[in-house]
Amino acid sequence: MIESKLKVATCSLCGCFGCHMSLLDLDERLFDLAEKVEFDRSPLTDLKELGECDIGIIEGGIANVENVHTLLEFRARCKILIAMGACAISGGIPAMRNHYELKDCLEESYTRGIGLVDAQIPNDPEIPLLLDQVHPIHEVVKIDYFLPGCPPSADTIWTFVTQLLAGQPIALPYTQIHYD
Amino acid sequence: MSEEPRFTLDGRTVPFQDGQTIMAAALAAGIYIPHLCFNPEFTPHGSCRVCLVKVNGRMQASCTTPAAAGQVVQSEIDEVREIRRGLLQMLFVEGNHVCPACEKSGACQLQAVAYYVGMLAPHYTHFYPRRPVDASHPDALIDFNRCILCELCVRASREVDGKNVFAVQGRGIKAHLVVNTPSGKLGATDFSLSDKAAQVCPTGTILSKHSGYEIPIGQRLYDRKPINVVGDVAALAVSKGGRRHD
Repeated sequence: MIESKLKVATCSLCGCFGCHMSLLDLDERLFDLAEKVEFDRSPLTDLKELGECDIGIIEGGIANVENVHTLLEFRARCKILIAMGACAISGGIPAMRNHYELKDCLEESYTRGIGLVDAQIPNDPEIPLLLDQVHPIHEVVKIDYFLPGCPPSADTIWTFVTQLLAGQPIALPYTQIHYD
Repeated sequence: MSEEPRFTLDGRTVPFQDGQTIMAAALAAGIYIPHLCFNPEFTPHGSCRVCLVKVNGRMQASCTTPAAAGQVVQSEIDEVREIRRGLLQMLFVEGNHVCPACEKSGACQLQAVAYYVGMLAPHYTHFYPRRPVDASHPDALIDFNRCILCELCVRASREVDGKNVFAVQGRGIKAHLVVNTPSGKLGATDFSLSDKAAQVCPTGTILSKHSGYEIPIGQRLYDRKPINVVGDVAALAVSKGGRRHD
């Protein structure tokens, strides 16, 4: 009998995809990982629909309405949800905009920028509405595991994933825990 | 003839002298108790509570509790570690501690103690306070977003530098660090980078200008070894990656 593979979904909300680059930094270990898991919705597969999954890995915090919907969908469909990286955990660099009013941020970019012609703040209905502040994802849904780093290194991700898949408690060595 | 008085700390026998605190005796015995507002060069403050230990079954701040013969002190137990982690998490959400964007990252005592107590995430709801940055001084800048109110700069400026540059204003959640000038600007003071107050900040609140990010990631003070092995950034000489001017 062929052992069924665990289904893993990943996404980047308000992040820079740096954590996903770190995931790719697993290099040859990705082959080992592919023996054990099958990727569902993820930038790696380019699947747009999220199926029922065992593990969901979220990069980035929430900055707009679409981020919130995606996060809620991941929570509903993934048995285990993981916050990966500084932005998912604390809002990170994007949350530095919380220091200012959203209106000021938009005006600074779209109406006061240098060399703008016919300057206006984009309001196409297809553009998700921004939240007034950026927030970490644990403020919206329950998170089962936190993987700090900006980004967490491939070694950190590998230690975490191998321990998780083996059903062991997560115990990262000192050098693999950092907030930057 | 009376023997030197002793207490036990996590099962180890620790000798002490009359008048010493548990923290001071532990430090002299080479045992690390995590701390932020404590610095052996200054009068203990007892405000951050990170150094709390269980003394004869009761939680006490080790930096202000006098050692007494026969005390049973517990530090590295789950119960204490969990409270310390909670304290660190509250400090992280109360300010704006954006490690990826901070020059002090890697040599930051707040961050290193958080690593030591096993904090993986801040857990609580972030305050995202809006505090100012003061870059008015030619050589130093203050980012109040990172201040944890340890008052080490206040104590250093008053007790060592004799300048009284800093103070804490307000009470409770409104307590905040201020600069003692009519304008509230550091540039209006005689603060200098050679001041003791410039060397004691356990976070990235007080930073020197004109240099930054000089040590690559991987080689910074706390990158390879934890704070209980490396020691406090304020206690180490500049030549060793610390802040103390010799």
